[in-house]
Amino acid sequence: MLHAEGVVKRFGRLEVLKGVSLEVKPREVVCVIGPSGSGKTTFIRCINHLEKIDAGRIEVNGHLIGYRERNGKLVEDTERNIARQRAEIGMVFQRFNLFPHKTALENVIEAPTHVRGVTKDQAARQGKALLERVGLADKFDTYPGKLSGGQQQRVAIARALAMNPALMLFDEPTSALDPEVIGEVLDVMKSLAIDMGTTMIVVTHEMGFAREAADRMVMMDDGRIIEEAPPAQFFDSPREERTKQFLSKIL
Amino acid sequence: MLAAVDWHILWQRIFHPDHVFVLALWRTIYISVCAQALGVLLGLIGALMRMSRFFPLRLLSGAYVLIFRGTPLIVQIFFVYFGANLLFGFTLIPRTVDFGLFQMDGAAFAGIVALGLNEGAYMREIIRAGIDAVDRGQMEAAKSLGMPYPMAMRRIVLPQATRFIIPPLGNEFNSMMKNSSLIFFIGVTELFGDAEIRYSTSFKPVEYFLAVAFWYLVLTTVWSLIQAQIERKLAVSERGDELSFRERVAAAWLPAAMRIRGTP
Ligand SMILES: Nc1ncnc2c1ncn2[C@@H]1O[C@H](COP(=O)(O)OP(=O)(O)OP(=O)(O)O)[C@@H](O)[C@H]1O
Ligand SMILES: [Mg+2]
Repeated sequence: MLHAEGVVKRFGRLEVLKGVSLEVKPREVVCVIGPSGSGKTTFIRCINHLEKIDAGRIEVNGHLIGYRERNGKLVEDTERNIARQRAEIGMVFQRFNLFPHKTALENVIEAPTHVRGVTKDQAARQGKALLERVGLADKFDTYPGKLSGGQQQRVAIARALAMNPALMLFDEPTSALDPEVIGEVLDVMKSLAIDMGTTMIVVTHEMGFAREAADRMVMMDDGRIIEEAPPAQFFDSPREERTKQFLSKIL
Repeated sequence: MLAAVDWHILWQRIFHPDHVFVLALWRTIYISVCAQALGVLLGLIGALMRMSRFFPLRLLSGAYVLIFRGTPLIVQIFFVYFGANLLFGFTLIPRTVDFGLFQMDGAAFAGIVALGLNEGAYMREIIRAGIDAVDRGQMEAAKSLGMPYPMAMRRIVLPQATRFIIPPLGNEFNSMMKNSSLIFFIGVTELFGDAEIRYSTSFKPVEYFLAVAFWYLVLTTVWSLIQAQIERKLAVSERGDELSFRERVAAAWLPAAMRIRGTP
């Protein structure tokens, strides 16, 4: 599903990703943790080419992301092709990024109708089903400004799911939320992970969620993946000293 | 001094405008509207060029703003109307311009083009600032859903940028109506031109210029009311609910600091 190999990303002279490789199989749920500034967000953003990469390669479903091979070299792909690839990858942002000038339902059907060309009726039917699934059956016509953070994030999840993505990316989806609404978002994500078998990469420090839903934990530090293990092993007997330290701080 | 004012003329000009005057008023209005529309269009193109990845487009956009903000409007008006003739010896804009469905006075057409070109340079800055004011996360969310850049810009970013663009745009149009008086100098008898002609035949400058000032004031005041309406509409679509009448009036008339906040 995801094949990332030696991904290097620099911002000017600052090397933020120093050769990140990660393999994710279909229906697998991978949780990424690591200290602030270790490059988690940057890595997630590289996967749908919101950031260009300086070296390495990223493939989703066997398709190279953001680049084309020409004479053995990688050149950036066209805007159109990149857009097409992004349509296959759902992304949920820390700060929701809902479209404030559109209702919850309009947010959800925006991309299916305009990117995929699905008819409004059909998109609305699917969109309503999705909003029902995330527990927002009574909020179809509500604008994001009138929704709580937890509700907004659930709309954002529905919006990403509406494109039937092969892979879902979550960047700290609950860290901008009030504690009392974190649970409702995590419940939706758990049901995606466990019941729906969605392939997900989740940057999160919600260890309860990770233990329950993750198939694999990934520890990032200073632009590198320093440890990968199933949750039980990862939490109970981490191999790396850095991981132990970090876990002791957040648990 | 005051006794010298012929109040009858002033009274007539304000309360019984003749058809020549009404025509002049109409010219001021349609020329301002057309020039502003052209300015918005050019400003939008300029703003998008400014954000382009291609350096030549950014350069062109920069040169455009540099030239049209850096030289007097009256000079630009003269160059648009007479420039081609004086420089290259051909007539770019004929005496009457034929659009098929209707004809337009060449000078008025040149005026619209010149005012629009000038306005575009200012609108470019306003539109760019409006686009910049939209949270970057909006473009990223749109892209992450598979929208190509033009679609994301058109459907997600620009509609939100209008909220920031409309208030300064309204102020620009206010200036436009007043600045359009400059095209009298290429022979368009608009509001100011009409006053100028009357005065030169009657030698009653105070009366005619007071009257024309009054009419500009009417135009700008009516516009400020329309502007308040438009801004209210935008606020409604943004918040997805209706403002009360009191809030509307307050929004239209009170300075921002004194506005009554809507109850959520
Ligand atoms: N657009 C950018 N320009 C310059 N530097 C950036 C940019 N984005 C991120 N960085 C830098 O890259 C490094 C990694 O950032 P990143 O956001 O990926 O970390 P993170 O692991 O997600 O941290 P956090 O837990 O705080 O979200 C940081 O040092 C950050 O300052
Ligand atoms: Mg981050």
